[in-house]
Amino acid sequence: MACFLVSAAEAVVVTAVEKVIEKKEMADTATENVSSEQEIKIPLSRKLKWLSNMLWGGVVLLMFEHIWHGEVVPWFPFLTAMSDPSEAAVMFNEMATVGVCMALLISAVWFIMCKAADSIVSRKAAETKTQEG
Amino acid sequence: MTLLITVFAAVTVSILWYNRKNDEMQLGTLMFLFWGASIMWLVDALFEYAELGAEYFAPEAADMLNDMFLGLSVVALALVIWLVKLLFTDPKGTVRMALKKQ
Repeated sequence: MACFLVSAAEAVVVTAVEKVIEKKEMADTATENVSSEQEIKIPLSRKLKWLSNMLWGGVVLLMFEHIWHGEVVPWFPFLTAMSDPSEAAVMFNEMATVGVCMALLISAVWFIMCKAADSIVSRKAAETKTQEG
Repeated sequence: MTLLITVFAAVTVSILWYNRKNDEMQLGTLMFLFWGASIMWLVDALFEYAELGAEYFAPEAADMLNDMFLGLSVVALALVIWLVKLLFTDPKGTVRMALKKQ
């Protein structure tokens, strides 16, 4: 009914955090505050971009599905379930269960992806060092 | 059916992304778009399966057709979003060059 709204809220927060961290990282690079160890690491802003892309992608495509099924409409209150209190209760229940699980699973997949990416990058760096040595 | 079509789209784009020569086509955006939607629809499908049981795997023909139509529309929408972003950011400078010519 409106399960995608939970992921939409997470996407807004992640995008805001990503912008702040990106600015901070750019300032650090400008003042050359970056150590050699940080140089071979994937910046946090880039990792957050992956999460925000997944969240926004899912939100847009699921919103389209809800429009398709007539659950989201272009007039107030935008969600058809909001016009009936009993349906609104079902909608909130769905947001608390399905919506939260969606946001959690995307975040979990992103976390595993970041760990895997870090391991691939450090492996490549170690291989390069061995070849040079 | 929608989940299945989106997963196939996500896998196809991931393979194209892995074999890419450079980042000019911005396939990463499209890849994350499809994977994000696939994960969200997977959760939706799991909840539906918990509710319906084995009946989940035996949908009515009309429902399946509607879901297939929705899945293809979702892929088309994602491709349009990606194309608009690609043309707007114009990493190869093709749009800018074409506009300058006119």
